[in-house]
Formats: sequence, C-alpha cells, structure tokens
Amino acid sequence: MTEIFSAFLLTLLVITAMAVVKSRNLFVAVMLTGIFSLLIAINFFLLDAADVALTEAAVGAGVATVFFLSALALTSEEERSRSAYRTIGIAVFITITIVLGYATLGMPSYGDPEAPVHVHVAPWYMEKTPEYIDIPNVVTAVLGSFRGYDTLGEVFVVFTAGIGVLFILGVRPPSKTRGAAPVASDEAGLRHYLIPKVVVRLFIPFVLLFGLYVQFHGEYSPGGGFQAGAIIAASIILYALLEGEERAMQVIPRRVLNGLIAGGALLYGAVGLAGIVAGGSFLDYSVLGSDPVKGQQMGLLVIEAGVGITVTGVLVSIFHAFAARERV
Amino acid sequence: MESALDIASWILLSVGGVFVFIGGLGVLRMPDLFTRMHAASITDSMGPPLIIGGIMLQSGASLPTVKLLAILIFLMLTSPTASNALASAALLAEQNIEPGTDEDGDEADREPGT
Repeated sequence: MTEIFSAFLLTLLVITAMAVVKSRNLFVAVMLTGIFSLLIAINFFLLDAADVALTEAAVGAGVATVFFLSALALTSEEERSRSAYRTIGIAVFITITIVLGYATLGMPSYGDPEAPVHVHVAPWYMEKTPEYIDIPNVVTAVLGSFRGYDTLGEVFVVFTAGIGVLFILGVRPPSKTRGAAPVASDEAGLRHYLIPKVVVRLFIPFVLLFGLYVQFHGEYSPGGGFQAGAIIAASIILYALLEGEERAMQVIPRRVLNGLIAGGALLYGAVGLAGIVAGGSFLDYSVLGSDPVKGQQMGLLVIEAGVGITVTGVLVSIFHAFAARERV
Repeated sequence: MESALDIASWILLSVGGVFVFIGGLGVLRMPDLFTRMHAASITDSMGPPLIIGGIMLQSGASLPTVKLLAILIFLMLTSPTASNALASAALLAEQNIEPGTDEDGDEADREPGT
C-alpha cells in the first residue's frame, strides 16, 4: 500500500517538476515549487525520515517560497523567452539522463536490508545512542554528537550564505528607507487586509511557541535547530509582512540580527572549545557534565540552540535584504 | 466498542474524502476564480474536521489526539483567512467574473470599493 502511495506521489512530483519548467509565469512556477517541496516532504515522511520531512516542509515549502516571492516582487512576472543555447541544453539534459539512468542500475533495490546504508555505520548509531547519549531521537544524536563536525560545517555554510546574500543585495542604511511599507500606507487597500491581520496577529505567538517546541524537543521528537530556526524566522517574516518592514526592524534591529547570525555559530564553536578546556577533544560533549551521558545531552541542547539562532538570523536577514530593495 | 469506533472513524474518513473530492472537482470545473474558490472552500471547511475527526477516533485518548485537535483548530482558523486574502487580492486585481455567475450581473460588483 505504501509503495503504491509512494509511486503516486513520485508521479505527481515529476508532473510538478515538468510544470515548473513549462510555466512561463514565474509566480505560477514559484507556487509549483512550493507544492513540489510539500510532495517531497510527504515522500520523506513515508520513508520514515521525519526530521528531513520537517526541514523540507519548513524551509522548502515555507521560507524558500517567501524568498522566491520577495525576489519576484523586484522583477517581472513573466519569464523572458530565450532560444539561444537550446541545443547545448538538450545535449546536457540527455547526457545527464543517461548517466543517472545508468547509475540507478548500481543502486540497491528499494527496501533492501543489505543496502550499504543499513549495514555500514547506521546499526552502530542505533545501538550506541541509548548507551552514550540516551535520547530517543537517533537523528539528533547523529547530527549533533556523532557527526558534530559536519553540523558545525553546515552552520558555517548557512552563516556564509547569509553573509554572501547580505553582501550581494546590500543593506540599506535606515535613513534611506521609504516611509511606511506600501501595505500600511495604502488606506484603500488596508480594509482588505483586516481579517488576515487579526488572525495572523493571533497566531504569531503560537507559531513562535511551536518553533521553540521543535527546537527544545528535538531530542525526543523530530525537530532541532534547523527546523526551529526556519519556523521562528517564518513567524518573524509573517509579522514583517503584516505590520511592515519598519515595525519588524524595530522589534529585531539589524545589529541584533547580525549578532544572531554570528552568535549562533560562535556558540556552537564555543561548545567545541569548552570540550577542549574541560579536558576532552573538540566537540566532545562527554566531559561537559557530571557524567558522560549528561554532558552529551547538555552539549546537544546548546549546539542545537546555536544552530537555531544562526538559522533564524540568516533567514530573517535575507528577507529584510530582499524587502529593502526597490523594484528595478 | 472497538469496532463501533472503527466504523465511526471509517464513515468520517470516507465522507471527508468525498467532500475533498467534490472540492477538487469543483476547482477543475468551475468557470472563474470566485466560483472555484467557492468549490475549494468545501475542501477547507468540510475536509479537515471530518478527516481529522476520523483520525482522532483512531488515536483514542492520547497526546496525538490533542495535537490533532490543535492542527484542526489551526486549519479552521487559517483556511478561511487564506480564502479571504485570496478573494481580496483577486478583487483588488480586478479578476473577471464570468458572466452569469454573480447574483445580478451588475458591473459595479467588481469594483473593490463597493
């Protein structure tokens, strides 16, 4: 039954992808990308990868769609037609299709218990997590502790991406910004936004609360810093969309955002250094607590907070950077 | 008792599925945006309570049921809001109303200010 549902979803996925490519209207394409993300999130969930599904739904379908839309607000809605390089494109496409098709022949079949992914390190993680870290969510244990270096690298990737976007799009000095946001100044239009405004105002605290739950419950249920960062950033972006950029900037000023971006990554690194100071190796949390298991749990909690802080800061900054630009 | 709950949840899920199907059919078949939204609102208003209600009967008195209830409340508040935002945007963008689908065929109905 699950196989049939998976096949159905994957077919929908292919159809959506083709529709994204076919669509000349960029707004439609953005909406379809969101649907694509949702579909693949359901697929991840069917494969029991709840953490990845949550990330995909929060980042791919949620925040990324908002970024695409804010980018779209700066440009035109229709794709410019281009005919050059078409033969090269088709040639590249056919080559990649053949190579990928050939590569799938070497893959283990679906659900094969002897697949390398099931026999390599995964059994060790499953077996040792209760002993070393004693948390139910093995994904968080792998991500934060066994593979702490990788996640530190990921946080720095997010950090670098945020800095890069801010460099390219630039940060407008506060004096130059326009008066009120268009939504707030347009008195005739304001009436039309009344109901969304009231409802969303009601919901923002709950979205924030849910973000914190995903953040600090990540050891027990799907979730963690990346997902929570996206959810918290989404609630702040919602606030900015409703109340206007200025108000959101007053709530969380630019220097606080910069502090969040750097602070989260620093916090993660500092936990690693604290391990060295306490007599262990870099990113070894066992030495941080009274006994190794407590230390691991403590370390995980703090590094997840670091991840969440950086992701929130970067996502909100990128949104502000897009929104501050004038339409070209 | 168990089978009674199962039958009740089965009925709720099937009826919910039927409403979602009708909604989807309407979105495909209706002539313009406003009538399509009208069809889609069936999916919004009848789908979640019935389907989530059916799942809640399956999960029994447990924490997942409370979570499902929270999701239901969230959906019941957000989907009408989304519909409202969509309709307002369509009105502001002066989406055409297909002839013969509005009440009196009056042109003035299309103006956002009235």
